[in-house]
Amino acid sequence: MRKILAALLIGAAAAAGAGAAMAQDGPLRIEIDQGVIEPLPYAVPDFVPETPAAAEFASQIARVIAADLSGTGLFREVPASAHISKVTAFDSPVKYADWKAVNAQALITGAVSVNGSQLTVRFRGHDVFAEKELGTGLQFNGTTDGWRRMAHKVADAIYSRITGESGYFDSRVVYVSESGPKNDRRKRLAVMDYDGANVQYLTNSASIVLAPRFSPTGDRVLYTSYESGFPQIHVLDVGQVQRKVLSSGDGTMSFAPRFAPDGRTIVYSQTQGGNTDLFSMDINTGAKTRLTSAPSIETAPSFSPDGSQIVFESDRSGSQQLYVMPAGGGEARRISFGQGRYGTPVWSPRGDMIAFTKQNKGRFHIGVMRTDGSEERLLTASFLDEGPTWAPNGRVIMFTRESQGSAGRALLYSVDITGRNLKPVKTPDGASDPAWSPLQN
Amino acid sequence: MSGFKLAIAAVAVLGLAACSNNRWDDTANGSAGAGAGSGAGLGAGALDPASPAYFQQTIGDRVLFAVDQSTLSPEAQGILQGQARWLSQNADYAVTIEGHADEQGTREYNLALGARRANAAREYLISQGVAGSRLKVVSYGKERPLEICSAEACYAKNRRAVTVLAGGLTG
Repeated sequence: MRKILAALLIGAAAAAGAGAAMAQDGPLRIEIDQGVIEPLPYAVPDFVPETPAAAEFASQIARVIAADLSGTGLFREVPASAHISKVTAFDSPVKYADWKAVNAQALITGAVSVNGSQLTVRFRGHDVFAEKELGTGLQFNGTTDGWRRMAHKVADAIYSRITGESGYFDSRVVYVSESGPKNDRRKRLAVMDYDGANVQYLTNSASIVLAPRFSPTGDRVLYTSYESGFPQIHVLDVGQVQRKVLSSGDGTMSFAPRFAPDGRTIVYSQTQGGNTDLFSMDINTGAKTRLTSAPSIETAPSFSPDGSQIVFESDRSGSQQLYVMPAGGGEARRISFGQGRYGTPVWSPRGDMIAFTKQNKGRFHIGVMRTDGSEERLLTASFLDEGPTWAPNGRVIMFTRESQGSAGRALLYSVDITGRNLKPVKTPDGASDPAWSPLQN
Repeated sequence: MSGFKLAIAAVAVLGLAACSNNRWDDTANGSAGAGAGSGAGLGAGALDPASPAYFQQTIGDRVLFAVDQSTLSPEAQGILQGQARWLSQNADYAVTIEGHADEQGTREYNLALGARRANAAREYLISQGVAGSRLKVVSYGKERPLEICSAEACYAKNRRAVTVLAGGLTG
């Protein structure tokens, strides 16, 4: 992974004189929980190139920032064609009146310089109507080939200052890239930026691969592969693209792995004699612990972010439902009680919700509920939606949507946990089983 | 990747649909009839009874299941009895039973469901005298549908456990 160093407060001086204005106007703020109907208008003019080689990045970085912010559905860009002011020097005073006139409530200005392969991006956010800076300016240093990440970092900072939530743009998604017809589908692992850029393939498509999952630090990926002829769990180092088989035993199926927050324990399903139960494993020592022993199907486990509990699906009641149990096994309590079947539960990184797939009356839904099963809300409905994964800030969910019929194809979609802003995620081929990384460092 | 043999002729599917008698029978037959017409004339007498082709086409290499079920219908049991007899007469063959599900389910659950189905076939073959050591099971969940329409006619054929002759001594 490329390293980006965040540093330096640029605009510390500006904060000193702003007390009175803040008291009157309050901070520029989007309350996400309220369900934003009217997106907040903002402007992000091309950043100022401060060296000749920076010119090609100055505009592109502004475009990626705009795509990030507008892509949330919470912000609306005031296009460059409407701008009155041009920003030609990063440290010149902002002509707030010009931005008020085009009703840009937030303004993002920045500068880019290139020195060899080193790229430096500075930026400031502005609350236009309060005529003051939004927090302090920041500087990011990285390499030119990591320019998109620097743009995502800027967008994350702006998003965070306006919503009060941490961002999610500087993140990646590991998924299964799919090609070929339904009865001869080829699958291989791929990883990309959250917005579909920088796709990189991690395996070939010689054998079926399923359901990759990031480690808590994003450096490794667990997945299920049929390479041996039987589904078994593999772990892959994303940077090195080195693989290792974790489960073994001819005639035993292991699948649905997920990391514990400690990054060392995994929980997964193992099938013996036709019966599927949950196990945990210390991947350093290989020591396994059985967590369930019932004749029913127990699968799709996911840890709570504090590592103390596991949510999973089981058909012990006669149909597929969601249960929560202590991380070491023990008595499980059922949390899903609505109509239909519930599967693929995933604990939110904030710890407050569980996302799931629901199957009811021939339709599939992605939904969320509180961890005790209350306040169930369905966010989507289609012929086949499944396999939610949480954005690192717990505000957006990505999932697989497969279309109907003999030409049916799987694609990735994302949706806000408010149910708004449903949209496809761009991938070069068919795609399924997304798993969102944590925010990168 | 080894051992992944989907060499099962469409003919065999037709033959099975015609004699299977579960509750999806009508739709299954309707669709199969529209899809292919060349299989009917293939007489059992044309095949060497010790050949894998005979096992696939005449004995029947697969059993079908109802929605979200892994219990064996009387027809499925009949097919497995035939498989068990054939396997006892052709003792060189080891077997992998592949369990499958239709697309109407989540991925992990379908893997587990396919394993149940494959295991149900395995247990039945054991009850009919086939040594368990010859019988491996694997589930493909919904990863390898045979039929690709999103309708019960196809789903009924995809909910299957297929007994794949894994070659024993030679392959």
